[in-house]
Amino acid sequence: MTSDQKPQGNPLQHPAGPPTGPFQTRAVRGLRKRRLVQQVWFWFFRGAAVINGLALAVVICFLIIKGWRAINWTFLTQPPMDSMTQGGILPCIVGTACLSLGAILIALPIGVASAIYLHEYARPGRVIRLIRLGINNLAGVPSVVFGLFGLAFFVVYLKMGVSMLAGALTLGAMSLPVIIGSAEEALRAVPDTYREASLGLGATKWQTIYRVVLPAALPGILTGAILGLSRAAGETAPIMFTAAVYFTPSLPSSVFDEIMALPYHIYVLATAGTEIEATRHLQYGTSLVLIILVLGLNLMAIIYRARLQKKP
Amino acid sequence: MRTNEGGHTLSMESDSNIKVAIEDLQFYYGDFHALQDITLSFQASQVTALIGPSGCGKSTLLRCINRMNDLIPKTRVQGRILYADQNIYDPSIDVVTLRRHIGMVFQKPNPFPKTIFENIAYGLRVNGVKDRSYVAERVEKSLQRAALWEEVKDRLHESALGLSGGQQQRLCIARALAVEPDVLLMDEPASALDPIATQKIEELIHELKDAYTIIIVTHNMQQAARVSDITAFFYLGRLIEAGPTDTLFTRPNLKQTSDYITGRFG
Repeated sequence: MTSDQKPQGNPLQHPAGPPTGPFQTRAVRGLRKRRLVQQVWFWFFRGAAVINGLALAVVICFLIIKGWRAINWTFLTQPPMDSMTQGGILPCIVGTACLSLGAILIALPIGVASAIYLHEYARPGRVIRLIRLGINNLAGVPSVVFGLFGLAFFVVYLKMGVSMLAGALTLGAMSLPVIIGSAEEALRAVPDTYREASLGLGATKWQTIYRVVLPAALPGILTGAILGLSRAAGETAPIMFTAAVYFTPSLPSSVFDEIMALPYHIYVLATAGTEIEATRHLQYGTSLVLIILVLGLNLMAIIYRARLQKKP
Repeated sequence: MRTNEGGHTLSMESDSNIKVAIEDLQFYYGDFHALQDITLSFQASQVTALIGPSGCGKSTLLRCINRMNDLIPKTRVQGRILYADQNIYDPSIDVVTLRRHIGMVFQKPNPFPKTIFENIAYGLRVNGVKDRSYVAERVEKSLQRAALWEEVKDRLHESALGLSGGQQQRLCIARALAVEPDVLLMDEPASALDPIATQKIEELIHELKDAYTIIIVTHNMQQAARVSDITAFFYLGRLIEAGPTDTLFTRPNLKQTSDYITGRFG
């Protein structure tokens, strides 16, 4: 192709080989550079995404390699024995399950109710902005501060003592911003046309919320709740002053009992046990159980959401 | 106190036939004066079409009649809309009851993510109807009324979202009819539908008009000409001209109207 000939084929196609003819212009050389820049950035993004996935994979693999030997039937069904160098972690599993469940039972109704107020009823204005500011700041409060708050307010002031109830309340308070946020997001995702259709038929605002908006928002709300639950399950700081104890061989029989919990147990074994080196495999085993629990909850949230989204 | 004089209002029917009368209505979105000095009345058992270019206020006016605009913050209404001899903007009026009597069909089909049956039954349930056999009967009647029964009678308990767009819109009409409204507001009910579905909706409007007072907003002037008895032309928030549809489309009084209906602007 010489320079006075018209280019053949689709002029928008990427010219193969070195540009010739009318394409041999500054603009095309610029294009090459732009493609290169694009490639560099795209590889950067790919790299960032891969690092994310890798981090999780490395943590899990590490825990499996180090901890799988510790996990057996005794480990899962017996309390710790011989100054926690032997035996299992049953009280911790039960304790963490009770704490997380309690936290969600406390936080879900309050969180959803707040989200309904903020998104469905409240008129935008200064009050709403203040409440939102409060919620956002609550989300930023370090968990150890929640722990101290729980100690001062629930344990001491309300005289609950170090108990499952105090721990669940503290974890619940900590989960509130997550639950409010996801519930509000879920409410926002419900099309206004549903609300208009319902109101247009003579439904009251509450009937509209209860019969149309909430059912439509339920998958999102519950997903947020499960994610909040899984976060609460893994927290150490909020429960170390309010609910968890170093050791108790018995399972809790009331909400005012002290309990053991997985994250705190790991902390104890790894920093304050009598035989820190000798119990390494127990520490990894406990961590593995905790992470399986948390990832299992997250997986449940994902599956649940996918299933609800398929149905109308 | 119903004044129907003036160049752009209706004075051809007796007052007793008037279902809804709008008197000197002003409507504001914030500072924007969206509807200015609207005086217009709607006759029982007739279809009134509201036409005009985008942004002329016709949908806003429609949504004033069942107070759907109450949902939009920073809106303000002045003037009166009379329905059953009462000003619907009077503080003593219960909006929920008003909306039960003045039903609405929206631009985009908006069935609830429930079954076909539950969509129709919804209006009855929220209005306190508990009798199951009565609900079932009303559902069937409403679907028949909306010419949808034959198509869905074997799948009443399947999701309404599985219906085609045209079927969904007829479902929405059936849903509105189930609570036995008096007036039916339709906001461009066929604009999201294909020509065949549109034709079905238009036939339906024709059949419903004996029993209901229908007010329809449409972008489509052929549609207005086909389905309505009365047409009102709006432009920039004002009612320009209203009259019997065949007169308005063949011998409009004002040049602005004829320019619009002949497609010179809008």
